[in-house]
This record gives sequence, structure tokens and C-alpha cells, in this order.
Amino acid sequence: MPTDHIQYQYKDDNLALSEPNKLKAENLRAEEMIINLGPQHPSTHGVLRLEVLMDGEIVREVVPHIGYLHRCFEKHAENLPYNQVIPFVDRLDYVASMNCEHAYVMGVERMLGIENQIPKRIEYIRVLMAELNRISSHFIAIGTYGMDIGAFTPFFWIMRDREHILRMLEWASGARLLYNYFWIGGLFYDIPVGFETRCREFTTYIKPKLQELESILIDNKIFIDRTAGVGVLPLALAINSGCTGPMLRGSGLRYDLRRVDNYSVYPELEFEIPIGEGKMGKTGDCWDRTYVRMREIDESIKIIEQCLDRLEGEHKRTRDFDPQALVPKKIRPKAQDFYVRAESPKGELGFFFRADGRSDVPFRCKCRSCSFVNLSVLPEISKGVLVGDLIAIIGSIDMVMGEVDR
Amino acid sequence: MLQFENIVALVTPCVQNGPVTTDESASPKAIVLPVQDLYAVCHELYHNPATYFDMLSCVTGLDNGPEAGTMEVIYNLYSIPHNQGLMLKIVLARTEPIVDSLCALWKTADWMEREVFDMYGITFRNHPDLRRILLPADWEGYPLRKDYKHQDYYRNVKVEY
Repeated sequence: MPTDHIQYQYKDDNLALSEPNKLKAENLRAEEMIINLGPQHPSTHGVLRLEVLMDGEIVREVVPHIGYLHRCFEKHAENLPYNQVIPFVDRLDYVASMNCEHAYVMGVERMLGIENQIPKRIEYIRVLMAELNRISSHFIAIGTYGMDIGAFTPFFWIMRDREHILRMLEWASGARLLYNYFWIGGLFYDIPVGFETRCREFTTYIKPKLQELESILIDNKIFIDRTAGVGVLPLALAINSGCTGPMLRGSGLRYDLRRVDNYSVYPELEFEIPIGEGKMGKTGDCWDRTYVRMREIDESIKIIEQCLDRLEGEHKRTRDFDPQALVPKKIRPKAQDFYVRAESPKGELGFFFRADGRSDVPFRCKCRSCSFVNLSVLPEISKGVLVGDLIAIIGSIDMVMGEVDR
Repeated sequence: MLQFENIVALVTPCVQNGPVTTDESASPKAIVLPVQDLYAVCHELYHNPATYFDMLSCVTGLDNGPEAGTMEVIYNLYSIPHNQGLMLKIVLARTEPIVDSLCALWKTADWMEREVFDMYGITFRNHPDLRRILLPADWEGYPLRKDYKHQDYYRNVKVEY
């Protein structure tokens, strides 16, 4: 190609968008205009495009356009054996891969009927990893949210602390973000020698840092002014829209699948379920959602410490412990429909399976993604807000586009 | 909290267009309904205080392939106060995949039904805004159907990689 070639020559079909606007210019009233926000915009946390109908600075309507990160997870899953789907599951919610794996692996194990044979040590390691990953996911949520609002420092602090978690997970699994660590019936490998000590050092290190974070961000006057009373999600709307996780708990319902379903070893662990109480504004506002995430980090640390106690106590490492002992050679569940769900950092992550009983490949594997459902409430709660508040609302939803688009 | 048998007994009067069958091997247990009665049954399950399924967890489309000639839509309901899940299944003819939308009951249904429409081409009657959601609006075909063949070119870009 010659170097003087004009790359951006205007042609008529340049304006033909692959995703046409839902709102039409001819239907606008006086003073109204359509603004396009995203998909390449830092405050949309990935590739989310919003068509915003504005009246001056007031948002009248928001139409989200998603799918820019669609990677055909469900089509891939229909063509791969159950165990080979796990790396794809990692890539759904790529900041909380362990939690995604946990839900998926648990579902397949229940279909095979081996969920009660899994050794306690494996379950405790799984919960330990899932909670570490939950903390790092909430770190991302709070850090980037602060950055949206204009607080830059906490983001760097939080990234520094998150790095400790990622290094530990890398030490255990070999990868920083996409682990493939939970296997159906076991684990890829036992935790490395010395992991428990390192993990304890981390929990001791992180506690004062969290207090620091809370005082610089959550209790900050500017942050409260930007988030309190903004984007209020009433409880009835939250339930009807299927919101789960910190979105639902922020609206004041004490509902956490770790307690409701009592899966894995969570019934043996003590932790609280924090909810939003409208301390700064109204119940269910952006501040409440962030506050719930902050409190959940504290609870996760409690869980981690209990897991470490058990892993150093009654479920100690032994020389002959093989985390792959129960991994089935052939994964062929009976013909059935199965819906499994688990609490990921963003909410209820569900998998629907149809096994046909004749093959090692799922006939259908559907991912019920929590970010997808949580994002669908955005048009409802952002009617009549200012455009700056719209950014605050998007950030408080804490969606990961990899999971929205799958 | 009602037992599964009682839920089946509760929804049976709402069904006029065919038999109600159950699938107890499914988890949670499933009721298979005629297509025409889906909305009436869901209306009852949502409003009756004894069941009160206030959350629609998941809507799944499913294609049984051209030989079987059917598609299915599977609804996973959940009741927070009763802590109970339920699966509803409907079977559609592949030639005429039309089903009532549940958007009037659960707002969750809006995007989930759009996704099913996007991937399977199942039309939801009375849906307020039935457009493609994950794929571009001018994409051809429905990718999760078992007999799907992707188009050769999309906007002069070769699809095959």
C-alpha cells in the first residue's frame, strides 16, 4: 500500500453502523439530542456502548448496546468435553476466574454425583482461592469506580495490593488471571509448600491497608457527594430485574447464595452478609453498593483465615494427598437438565446444562451471567440523572464485559 | 414452601391446551407445558402467595436439531421467600418458533429473551423491544442452532478464519 494512501476516506456507507441506533433523530423533541458514549471509553469499563438521549445535561433515556466482546462461549462449550470447557469459563469473568470455575466445576460434579466424595481439603483450598479472587475482583470494582469518580490514588494503592493476591494465585496455579486450577473432581495441584504462611502474611498486611482505603475513598466527602443518593435501585425493582450480588444486597436484602444454598464448605465457615442501609443517602444508592463490596472484603478475609486454620489443622497437607485422585477419566453425566448457581463477586453465576448421556460433550451449556442481568437494570435507574451521575451509576454496577458478552 | 406435586396441581387448572408433564430427573424439577399456556402459568406462579416465584433466574434456548424438529425454551424460576427453585420447559416446532414473552411479569426476561431470539430465532410475542443483542443487527442466521452455517462474508470481511 502506498504511504500517501488516505486511510479515512469518507464514503457514504461509513455512517451505516453495524448496530443501528434505537433512538431516531426524527422522534426527538426540541432541545433533545442523542449522544453516543463508548464503546471505547474508559468509564464504560470495557466495550460497552451507550446511546444516551439527553435534554441539556439531563439523561432522558439510555440504550445499552453490548456484544463487542462476544466470544461464542456457548457454541464452544457445545463442541468440547466438560473438562476442556474450564479454560473458557475462566475467560467469562476474567477478574474472578476462580469463582467462575468453582460454579462450573460444582455443577458438573453434582451431575456426576461425586460432589460428596470430594475431600474436605480440596473444598477448603477451593474456597480459599475463590475468596482470594473475590477480594481481587472487589479491589478492581472499588478502585476503578474511584477512578471514574475522580479519585486516582486509591486505584494505585489497590492495584499494588491486588498484585499480592495475583502473585499468590500465580504461585499456586501458574497463571496470573486465567487459572484452570479447579478440575472436575479435584484440583490441578495441591497448594505449594509455604502458601499458608504467605497467605497469613497477606491478611495481616491487608487489614490496615483496607482501613486506609476506607478513609481515603469510602468516607471521603467528595466520594459521598458523588455517590450518595445517586442511582437508587429500589428493592422491588432489583428483585424483578434479577439483580444479584452486591447490587441486590446494596438494596437491603440479606441474600447471599453462599448462605442460601450452603454449597461447598461455606456452612462450616463463619461470616456475615453485609447489606446497604442507606447510611449516607438512600438505601440502594451507589454508595451503598460500594460499601457492601468494602464490607465483603472484610468478610472474605475472615473466611480466608478460617480456611487457613483448617488447612494447617485438621486438613493438613500429607505426603500421599493427591488432589487429582478423584478426577474422573471419563466425564459422562446421565441424561438430565441441570441448573447450578453460585455466588460470584458480581452475583448469581449460573450454568444450565443439558447432558444427553451419550457423549462427553454438553448438549447445551448456558451461562447465566450476573453482569449481563445487572447491566440490564441500567436504563431503569439512570432516567432523569445528570450525565456525570450516569458515569457513577455505570461504575457502581461493576460489570465485566467479558461476562456480559460471553 | 410447596412440594413439587402441589405446584403441579396448582398450575394444572391454568393449562387448557394440552397435557402437563413433569421431568423429575431435572434439577430443579421441571414442568413441561404447552406453549400457549406459558404466560397463564407464570402469571399464577408469580402472583400466588403460596409459590411467589419473584425471580426469573435464567432463560435458556435449546435446539434439538433438524431431525427432531423441535426447539425448547427453559425457564428457571426462583422464589426468595420460599427458597425454592422450579424449572419450566416448553417445546416448540422448529418451523414456527413463537412463544409469549414474560416481560410483563419479570423485567429480567427482556434481555434474556432477546438473547434467545438472537441465538435461536425464537420470536417472543408482546416483547417490547425484540432486537438482536449480542450479535450485530445485520448478522445472518442464528448461530446456536444445530444446523447453523456461518455466512461467507460479513461486510466484505471473510468470516472463516
